[in-house]
Amino acid sequence: MPRSADTLLSDFDAGKVPALARAVSVVENHREGYDALLGALHSRTGRARRIGITGPPGAGKSTVTALLVANYRSAGLKVGVLAVDPTSPFTGGALLGDRVRMEAIALDSGVYIRSMATRGSLGGLAAATREVADVLDAFGFDRILIETVGVGQSELDVARTADSTVVVLVPESGDSIQTLKAGVMEIADIFVVNKADRPGADRLRNDIELMLGLRKGVSFGNIPAHHGVDLKRVNPAKVARDAAASESNSWTPPVLSAIAREGKGMQELIDALDRHFAYLERTAKLAERRGGRTRERVMELVESGFKRRVWSDDATQRRLEQMLPDVEKRSTTPFDAAEQILEQSADLMAKPREKGR
Amino acid sequence: MRPVRVLVAKPGLDGHDRGAKVVAAALRDAGMEVIYTGLHQTPEMIATAAVQEDVDVIGLSILSGAHMTLIPRVQDLLREQGRDDVLITGGGIIPKEDMEALTARGIGRLFGPGTPTSELVGYIKGWFAEREKQEA
Ligand SMILES: Nc1nc2c(ncn2[C@@H]2O[C@H](COP(=O)(O)OP(=O)(O)OP(=O)(O)O)[C@@H](O)[C@H]2O)c(=O)[nH]1
Ligand SMILES: [Mg+2]
Repeated sequence: MPRSADTLLSDFDAGKVPALARAVSVVENHREGYDALLGALHSRTGRARRIGITGPPGAGKSTVTALLVANYRSAGLKVGVLAVDPTSPFTGGALLGDRVRMEAIALDSGVYIRSMATRGSLGGLAAATREVADVLDAFGFDRILIETVGVGQSELDVARTADSTVVVLVPESGDSIQTLKAGVMEIADIFVVNKADRPGADRLRNDIELMLGLRKGVSFGNIPAHHGVDLKRVNPAKVARDAAASESNSWTPPVLSAIAREGKGMQELIDALDRHFAYLERTAKLAERRGGRTRERVMELVESGFKRRVWSDDATQRRLEQMLPDVEKRSTTPFDAAEQILEQSADLMAKPREKGR
Repeated sequence: MRPVRVLVAKPGLDGHDRGAKVVAAALRDAGMEVIYTGLHQTPEMIATAAVQEDVDVIGLSILSGAHMTLIPRVQDLLREQGRDDVLITGGGIIPKEDMEALTARGIGRLFGPGTPTSELVGYIKGWFAEREKQEA
């Protein structure tokens, strides 16, 4: 289906989903004209709240995502979902199965779900995801939910591009909490201990809270004895924290419990997300986070543009080839060679952008 | 070349999706990006997902015998959205004359039970390479 850029953009503006889907593909594949497209959409971005949902495989991320979507929809909000799953490094293929858990929202015209494979993403998965999220933002979604499996650094980076990051854990994660600690603990704005119908959920919550240092100074006598899971159980530490959090300029990640399969614990999550966003706005952290992303983005583009201009220049390539033998023979150093190439590249920077990029 | 994007769906009411999962895994192993949507998919769900995911191909696994209503319906819904370029293929127990009727409507090849998945893989790859060539 070849389409001119103009048709694509006008269909996109008219709110047509096939055009949105195609725009996402153009950006995801960095197809010709993708930068012009993103450039045209830029002025319309920045409206949506971006929420990252990450956690170990099978923790219930998609189930939670679908429930959040349904909740936002009943509040009249339009929601875009980006579900990222790993590409097999051996075959380049990917099995993207998150839609299976999102059936309940699949036919809602106010919802757009897009599955995305991590691919080789040379420019970084976070950058690729952010570009696609920008497309959804420009289309007019009020919320963008980004689901990623929280295993590797690149997935954690994806979560970091969101305004709020929810980390979904399950009782079974308890044993590995120490290993999760490094990356996950610092990116989480909200913890959800899902599958609270299984044994060990309370213990995991306690472990997380201990790790967050919340129990310092809180006597265990204040915590009522309980049996099994009572989601409405009053936790004095939590009550105090929530009260403080609604006012203060600091944020301590709440540790919620949920049984997503039964829809339990979702209102608490929605509330926590709203509180977190209010906190971000109140403390100017939102502008700080988004400003940081903008800076990163422009720097990335400068770097990739720099590389492209230097290495697409034939004279520079020739110079490189000429100098390599001298470096090999030890008659010059890699540093001197690089310095020469850099010095002679200065005029390349002023060259007008090549057409068709 | 970018990976082929394929939606694998199991329409109809019959109860298991083993076949569809085997196909999904085979296509993934052949380097494709497979969006798997699960059981009991209605034509509306299939077409909606295919459009949102901007897939190149839809692979249907049909055993229920309702192919003569389901497949054309998916095709019509795609056409309404301007996506009649999507290849609809798949497998199931489909009598020869039905197969011919569907082919006449522009549906892609449908493979009988027991066909090795490598045939489907080869067919999709060939179709995709051909289309990319035309677009270039
Ligand atoms: N017991 C129990 N099972 C749940 C709960 N929530 C989700 N599940 C089940 O956990 C399984 C995985 O759920 P998903 O939502 O697909 O989890 P995910 O984290 O998105 O999985 P991946 O994307 O594959 O990493 C499904 O079988 C769900 O039905 C829960 O609260 N309790
Ligand atoms: Mg999932």
